[in-house]
Amino acid sequence: MPTVTMTVNGKQRSAEAETRTLLVSFLREQLGLTGTHVGCDTSQCGACVVHVDGVAVKSCTLLAVQADGAEVTTIEGLAKGRELHPIQAAFKEHHGLQCGFCTPGMIMTAVDMLRRIPEPDEPTIRAELEGNFCRCTGYHNIVKAIKAASEAM
Amino acid sequence: MPADKGGNGAQSGIGAAVRRKEDFRFITGAGRYTDDITLPGQSYAYFLRSPYAHAQIAAIDIAAAEASPGVVAVFTGKDVAADGLGGLICGWMIHSKDGSEMRTGAHPVLALDRVRYVGDHVAVVIAESLAEAKAGAELIDVDYEEYDAVVGVEAALAENAPQLHDEVPGNLCFAWELGDKAATEAAFDRAARRVTLTFANNRLIPNAMEPRAAIGDYDRGTGDYTLYTTSQNPHVARLVLSAFVGVAPEHKLRVIAPDVGGGFGSKIFIYAEETVCVWAAAKLRRPVKWTAERNESFLSDAHGRDHVSHAELALDADGRMLGLRVHTRANLGAYLSTFASSVPTYLYGTLLSGQYDIPAIYVEVDGVFTHTAPVDAYRGAGRPEATYLVERIVETAARELDMDPVEFRRRNFIREFPHQTPVIMNYDIGDYDASLNEACRLVDYAGFADRRAASEARGRKRGIGFSAYIEACGIAPSQAVGSLGAGVGLWESAEVRVNPTGSVEVLTGSHSHGQGHETTFAQLVSDQLGIPIENVEVVHGDTDKVQFGMGTYGSRSGAVGMSAIQLALDKVIAKGRRIAAHLLEAGEEDITFDGGSFQVAGTDRAVPFADLALQAYTGHGFPTNEIEPGLKESAFYDPVNFTFPAGCHIAEVEIDPETGVTHIENFVAVDDFGTIINPMIVAGQVHGGVAQGIGQAMLENCAYDPESGQLLSGSFMDYCMPRADDLPEFVVGMTETPCTTNPLGIKGCGEAGAIGAPAAIVNAVTDALGIRDIAMPVTPERVWRAINS
Repeated sequence: MPTVTMTVNGKQRSAEAETRTLLVSFLREQLGLTGTHVGCDTSQCGACVVHVDGVAVKSCTLLAVQADGAEVTTIEGLAKGRELHPIQAAFKEHHGLQCGFCTPGMIMTAVDMLRRIPEPDEPTIRAELEGNFCRCTGYHNIVKAIKAASEAM
Repeated sequence: MPADKGGNGAQSGIGAAVRRKEDFRFITGAGRYTDDITLPGQSYAYFLRSPYAHAQIAAIDIAAAEASPGVVAVFTGKDVAADGLGGLICGWMIHSKDGSEMRTGAHPVLALDRVRYVGDHVAVVIAESLAEAKAGAELIDVDYEEYDAVVGVEAALAENAPQLHDEVPGNLCFAWELGDKAATEAAFDRAARRVTLTFANNRLIPNAMEPRAAIGDYDRGTGDYTLYTTSQNPHVARLVLSAFVGVAPEHKLRVIAPDVGGGFGSKIFIYAEETVCVWAAAKLRRPVKWTAERNESFLSDAHGRDHVSHAELALDADGRMLGLRVHTRANLGAYLSTFASSVPTYLYGTLLSGQYDIPAIYVEVDGVFTHTAPVDAYRGAGRPEATYLVERIVETAARELDMDPVEFRRRNFIREFPHQTPVIMNYDIGDYDASLNEACRLVDYAGFADRRAASEARGRKRGIGFSAYIEACGIAPSQAVGSLGAGVGLWESAEVRVNPTGSVEVLTGSHSHGQGHETTFAQLVSDQLGIPIENVEVVHGDTDKVQFGMGTYGSRSGAVGMSAIQLALDKVIAKGRRIAAHLLEAGEEDITFDGGSFQVAGTDRAVPFADLALQAYTGHGFPTNEIEPGLKESAFYDPVNFTFPAGCHIAEVEIDPETGVTHIENFVAVDDFGTIINPMIVAGQVHGGVAQGIGQAMLENCAYDPESGQLLSGSFMDYCMPRADDLPEFVVGMTETPCTTNPLGIKGCGEAGAIGAPAAIVNAVTDALGIRDIAMPVTPERVWRAINS
């Protein structure tokens, strides 16, 4: 079994992984980072979005070995201790989550969105969320939270 | 509400938009869902499922699978039966109109000799890893003899249709009726006009974002079983698994539902997978974990809706409703799921009066078995089907009378309360004019004609549709539902534990899986005891911690669960007053409780709540032979009536006739949920419900192939989930007539969106197109065909 090494949330981590192991399984099972979720088996739902070398990816579409040597940020690495990232804070302030299952992927997608598009309008936010499902909020407050975060940042 | 209350009002009490206490763990990735839990020595289960909708199992050869690397065990239905486990049960007995009990076949945990839907459970492979379990399952050789299958209700009731269960001739589980048939016939006889509609209520797949999961564990030293599972009602799961399935004695089985990622009904039920995990864990003496892959959710989570109905409305010459007659055929799937039989009967027929004064109603419902996944409660559960029927035929009637749909509704609204409908329900209170008027104001109904003209000028078709829904929450009283066939009581429990430092734990039988109970329940306690909300912890979801409770479904947690907390709080305050009387050397009748302090009325002598809590535990300042030390009270609250949330949803759509694409221009939801604890959370519940309602109306559809019985919508690539750019920004308004039959005046808000929205959308689309009816979901293809036919 190959050993995979990557920098995850600023720390170098190594673990053995079968070549067929998906990045999301590696993060959840080998590294114990269970904040990244699996909500489907067809790369539709976006619950598993993390950042690989600064770009949002669905970690179910990547093998762990493909991320060897990469910088990976997961939801666990976004806040600085108790100090929330502005997008995390906006999700709380604007009730952008209910059951919380899609939330890590939503937030990681939103961080990437605002990096590329600092001041998105509402239709842009909705279009950018195409790859993330939420079954609880009807997206209403997620859109509001991302808009508010873009204004705060 | 009690006269004395802490009054911690504005910031964190009742009515405040308190930000959620539970959010920190979810936004930082620290939530703990079932699949996040790993137990030492854990093994992994994979279920081999039937690829056929209907087949006889001649033989199962598991030898190669058992020899496969990493495989720990392979079990089939014979192993489950050999251990004496019972089958899965349905907890609601329905009687047919001839008085006979509903008919049903056995529902084995793993199939014995027959499979009855694609996805039915054939065998389980347990291995050191999930990959090895799957590889082992590949090696199981099942000798199937494939039979013909039926997936729709009409086909299943046809003569010579393939039979699901030997015990159910003609696939008819029940032929139920409600209402006065003769009176309804008489109403139709004297009617000046009749309006009829025949339509389907499309089948849906719940798709909570967290797939179902379970971990069974067994302690061979103590004989204790533990089941971690994605449940909306862990105590009910424990009761069913112990008393009926017989996996473990109730007192030796602990069920933990940790963070649960949405339920919408689908996690109420007791399924085969969690049963197998806890049973196999004891057999193998090691933990067994199963997590559904999404395709398994599509195949085997209980589905929702799936009715075919014929409705007739009788009207007098002035457009007043005289009678409603309904015949519905409800698809139950292959087996009766946990509450399946109640959904198309007592949760449906009883709501057919809507918001209207209809003197006579008669409804017949045929419950039909088909070779499809079991159908049970999904957000709204029966009430969306009732509302869709009533509001579609009401809108159609208004059009055929050439009356404004708003005016037609006003002409028929119930305005005197309490109101006894002809279908069991007794509405305690409501103001249907208020929600209709407010919705019309918010959507600017007066300006609609101009907007329609502007759309037409651009070659677009614009329509508006109304849905004045009613629903029933907090199903009760227990005696009444028992007389209707319920196998359980439908009260809720609470325990309020005051600690010596004055902080409080609330143990509730309700379960939170997105609803925000950890915040709203704490708001109630903060409000009533006058203590900071940070000092209140809500404990739920663990049968070892919490007293027996009934769980969360049917929008009951506020109306029933919080009422139980209120009763327990009343007892805490009453005991506090007795203790305070001693501490302050005054008569108990002179002690008031306000602002978090017990006080001698008219004096400045007072003892703060936290000080009194400490005194309660030291027992130094009062005679413990008269008053027991400690400060902990519990309550079981059984409602005296259902609650009746109601409101008005209005959809305004614009259709591009070139493409058939429907765009929602406005969606207004005005709801009367009675007392509101947290308006931010309530609005969030409306948003989510409306999104699911719009999903049903425009996007989602569960389809089975009528010949093979294969599930055609078995993934997110085939089943159209609402995405952010499918939905508009919602306009949410509130009116308030507090419920008169529970202590807080709460009616419930969890399902209204999914109940009200579909009819509003379809009424708007048919208005835009000038057609009588269109099937849900109103896809661009269906709209384009309607325009071009």
